[in-house]
Amino acid sequence: MNYRAIRAIYLFEMARTWRTLLQSIVSPVVSTSLYFVVFGAAIGSRITEVEGVSYGTFIVPGLVMLSVLTQSIANASFGIYFPKFVGTIYEILSAPISYFEIIVGYVGAAATKSIILGLIILATAGLFVPLHINHPIWMLTFLVLTAVTFSLFGFIIGIWADGFEKLQMIPMLVVTPLTFLGGSFYSVNMLPPAWHTIALLNPVVYLISGFRWSFSEIADVSVGLSLGMTLGFLTICMATVWWIFRTGYRLKN
Amino acid sequence: MSPIISVTNLSKVYGSGFRALNNINLDIRRGEIFALLGPNGAGKTTLISIICGIANPSEGSVSVNGHDIIRSYRPARAMIGLVPQELHTDSFETVWATVSFSRGLFGKPKNPAHIEKVLKDLSLWEKKDSKIITLSGGMKRRVMIAKALSHEPQILFLDEPTAGVDVELRKGMWEVVRTLRDAGVTIILTTHYIEEAEEMADRIGVINKGEIILVEDKAKLMSKLGRKQLKLHLAHKIDAIPPALAPYHLVLSESGTELIYDYDTAGERTGITSLLGDLRNAGIRFSDLETSQSSLEDIFVSLVRTP
Repeated sequence: MNYRAIRAIYLFEMARTWRTLLQSIVSPVVSTSLYFVVFGAAIGSRITEVEGVSYGTFIVPGLVMLSVLTQSIANASFGIYFPKFVGTIYEILSAPISYFEIIVGYVGAAATKSIILGLIILATAGLFVPLHINHPIWMLTFLVLTAVTFSLFGFIIGIWADGFEKLQMIPMLVVTPLTFLGGSFYSVNMLPPAWHTIALLNPVVYLISGFRWSFSEIADVSVGLSLGMTLGFLTICMATVWWIFRTGYRLKN
Repeated sequence: MSPIISVTNLSKVYGSGFRALNNINLDIRRGEIFALLGPNGAGKTTLISIICGIANPSEGSVSVNGHDIIRSYRPARAMIGLVPQELHTDSFETVWATVSFSRGLFGKPKNPAHIEKVLKDLSLWEKKDSKIITLSGGMKRRVMIAKALSHEPQILFLDEPTAGVDVELRKGMWEVVRTLRDAGVTIILTTHYIEEAEEMADRIGVINKGEIILVEDKAKLMSKLGRKQLKLHLAHKIDAIPPALAPYHLVLSESGTELIYDYDTAGERTGITSLLGDLRNAGIRFSDLETSQSSLEDIFVSLVRTP
């Protein structure tokens, strides 16, 4: 293992985070605070409790996941797309490092950043609504798993994209709708039966459900299923990345 | 001594079907400066990219110091420093950070003294804390060389190192390259500037349309293909070359005022002294004379010219 190379990539990516602190950390925190003001305080005060908890508290896990998902994808896809775009990828490809080490560096940094962000948002939420985390270990497990999985997913998008439009397309057209429809702001059990069935095809439902369960033991689906689906998606992403590096797809041809 | 790089039956076909390299066989000797010459699109950069791990080969193999570049990519790549043709640099990092990053990427422990020496050798020390985006093109080029040298490579690839670099800076780079060679580093450079190859290289390879068409010691190449020409400007026009001068195979210009004599610089006797004596005996006087030598450029152009 070339640990020094992993360290170099990781620190390089983290340095980029600190350099762009405003857009990396501050802007998601501001937008999440706005969600709390609108949905938690303004509208939430007129909504009755959802499954025994106040609406403001109910949406906290969903909002954290919303940020973690989108930021993981954005960080990782940009992290690998940018060297491809400006050409500095030549150095990564010509260095004595394995694909695994490249991924640990890039995906590790992207996931670290979104985990930090998720915790900051959680702390921010604590300022608006009372928070109680029943299963902190599970909460962290879901947070880390989600951050890693979606950073891998972002890494794949970053390699696939050959223009800035494509880099934005998947997060805008696929991930954001899936997240909003995945139960960030409601329980999928509140949907009519037909839509409820469709909603269960949305992988994000399982992430948010599991994450919410670790807070309040309220879940749309069983925790085991949530964990299984998350691990399943992680496996798919890992297999795709393995294929990308094995064939040199969009990197070496 | 075994070659430091050995390229065997290497071919590269791009997805579009374009055959960029066709059955390349090439050995690079330890410690030499090897210049790879070729017109645009000849396959120079593709060849370098495959050796350095940036592109996959379609057929054939490459070994670096005995390590196959696919199977034992770690020891193979660890030996190589690459300076690509295009100015691919980060923008917002400092010179120091980007050069240190390269060293880490190649798995070498931190060594600020080495980085300092590299930056000083390349006259970048004053700029070590500047963001790369603020540097001039020539400085960025040197930053890329510094990145390649940061991990103390045994082999250095320079792809068009002096493109867009002013004359003074180019001389400075040649100096750096010579110092590296003296320290035992093998250097492979591609260039459009034939004077650069002429000035620097120990051996020269010519590549055209994906095939190596010639590999030769520079001195041998120059003498093998290098002709010298003596041109005599005559004081008076003549209509024909006198029969007495036939052994010299002279050529008379159309105007009848110039005589051209080709001779071999490698030969012990050039025949010039006797030619001049015989000219005087024949009563031909000349007002001026000039000699010219075919440059590497002439040789190169004659090699790659499509018949």
